[in-house]
Amino acid sequence: MKSVSLLLALGLGAAVFAAASCGGNPAPQPVTPNADSAAAAARARADSEAAAQAERDRQAAAERERVEQQRRADSLAALARSSEEVRTTLAAMIHFDLDKSNIRSDDMGSLDQKVAILQANPELRIRIGGHCDERGSDEYNLALGNRRAQSAKQYLVSHGIDASRIETQSWGEEKPLVDGHDESAWSQNRRDEFEVVSGGDNLRRP
Amino acid sequence: MRSVICFAALLLAVGPAGRPAIGQDTSTIDRGVRIGIIYRPGVRPGLVMLPRTGQGLDSVRAMVARDLDYSDRFEVITLPGGDSIRLATTTGPRRSSAGGTTATRGGTQSALNYPLYQALGADFALDITAAGDTTVATLHDIAAAGIRRSVRANLPRSSHPDFRQAVHRLADQALQAAIGTPGIAATRILFVKDGKVYQIDQDGADQKLVSSTDRQAMSPAWGADGRHFAYMEFQAGKGWLFLQEMATGKRTAVATTGSALDFTPAFSPDGQTLAFSRATEEGTDLYTINIKNNCCLRRLTVGRFSDNLSPTFSPDGQRIAFVSTRPGLPQIYVMAADGTDQQLFAPFDYGVTGSSNAPEWSPDGQSVAFHRDVAGTLQVFVLDVRTRTVRQLTSVGRNEDPTWAPDSRHLAFVSDRSGYRQLWIIDLDTGRIRPLLQQSGARLPAWSPRLSEATSSTP
Repeated sequence: MKSVSLLLALGLGAAVFAAASCGGNPAPQPVTPNADSAAAAARARADSEAAAQAERDRQAAAERERVEQQRRADSLAALARSSEEVRTTLAAMIHFDLDKSNIRSDDMGSLDQKVAILQANPELRIRIGGHCDERGSDEYNLALGNRRAQSAKQYLVSHGIDASRIETQSWGEEKPLVDGHDESAWSQNRRDEFEVVSGGDNLRRP
Repeated sequence: MRSVICFAALLLAVGPAGRPAIGQDTSTIDRGVRIGIIYRPGVRPGLVMLPRTGQGLDSVRAMVARDLDYSDRFEVITLPGGDSIRLATTTGPRRSSAGGTTATRGGTQSALNYPLYQALGADFALDITAAGDTTVATLHDIAAAGIRRSVRANLPRSSHPDFRQAVHRLADQALQAAIGTPGIAATRILFVKDGKVYQIDQDGADQKLVSSTDRQAMSPAWGADGRHFAYMEFQAGKGWLFLQEMATGKRTAVATTGSALDFTPAFSPDGQTLAFSRATEEGTDLYTINIKNNCCLRRLTVGRFSDNLSPTFSPDGQRIAFVSTRPGLPQIYVMAADGTDQQLFAPFDYGVTGSSNAPEWSPDGQSVAFHRDVAGTLQVFVLDVRTRTVRQLTSVGRNEDPTWAPDSRHLAFVSDRSGYRQLWIIDLDTGRIRPLLQQSGARLPAWSPRLSEATSSTP
């Protein structure tokens, strides 16, 4: 307890001395500069605060810009992903039975998707190419491939797509997708291919 | 070749088990269709090619002998052991081959031991000799014991591009001298391989590319004069028809082509008209166009729900046989050349007979060759125009796209009987079958008419 009192007494003494030396004996030299200094300090402080604020603002703006850019990029990427997905759906081939050109029931869903894509993208124009396997007659297959391309076109047109947006081709058996001489190859080669003619840069999802 | 033929005949007598490349395809009967070929051994005249040495005409002699063999009109007898038989039986110096005429009738001074050749089974003996720049083919009539005819030809050097055709023409003249009908030695066959059009001599020599572009081509067809041909070419997703001159390679697009898928061109016999198939949104239909004036498109069929394709003119130009899918599957139909009077041509059993395609009318007008799906593969058939009955020619492997030789008794066709698809030639009279070339992938053959001197020359 005695030591604490002593410390307190020492502390108070020091404080009294300090107050006496500041107030009671002011030095004239530091007074004027002190006023200027205070103002300058205030200005400097203000400047510094403004600069800091500007810096913070700038950083915030940059951050906002970065976020904005990121968002835009993400959005574009998403759009591209979506466009690519749509393109893949559009290009999905349909297949046919031997020497037949009627649309198989398991391919109607694929054609319905193409109808939706064509409706969602009014600028889109496509080409349908009909193909055959190697088993039929070489020249007859040109007529058969034409029938196959026309079948798909008729399906799309009957579901509301303008016929002028769809071109057709036949390649007969001249462009097999799969080389091979078995049913696996043949069934893959009896097909319609779908490709974009124009308006396919940014395909919208239906 | 007699020994080979006899061997084949023996095999056929035993049964179809040892079926080689030659001989008839089958002897079974199926569904009322007469299958195969009636083989008549021994009815063909025997012909012996007289061997000679040291005259430098060995290649000519070999080519002529092969042409006469491939004509399937003779039993070609090859003498073993060079010319020893001939030398042993020669009774005097060589007969005179002088004299300005190109053909001499009657044997005045014969050097042949005719009884010996008669004993060998020969009806004719052909002697090919050189007289200065001229090559002389002398045909001896063995039974008459004299010279039937001498044919002279100025053959170009063997390095000349027309050499082989000139030799083929000599062989055809010798054949005509013997049996009075023109041969098919001086002919060529167009075909498609890897999307390109090629030509090849009927004996399998001188294969040459005739396509002038890198685009995919199909369906070559000869003009009746042998000077030009038509074919289809894919271009920008359309099927274009072109006419091309054989000699110059110059080509022109057929009027109105390029807007749709045009294919299977066929010349009318007078060369004025090209018939073809055109695939549109309505399906495939037949059209004709005037190729003399490159105008006047005319539609011959209105299919609506069926396709009509692959036209072929009758040799008188009055009718067109074609393929129609109006019965469901493609079958062979016929109509007047103006599109009227359309009717079924090759009979079929509804629901039983398979698809029939690729008709080609024979040059003599009596037959239409085509191929038909039999049990999942294709076989060559011939329709008799007068009786409207069909017979099946092939049964080994897949056989398709027959095309007639100018003699209306040989057909070239595509077959995979050797394990890969290539061109073969069958003689309908004897049933003999030979491969035209040994390359995989050849298809869509078109046999030329007889090629005259002016048309056979190519740059």
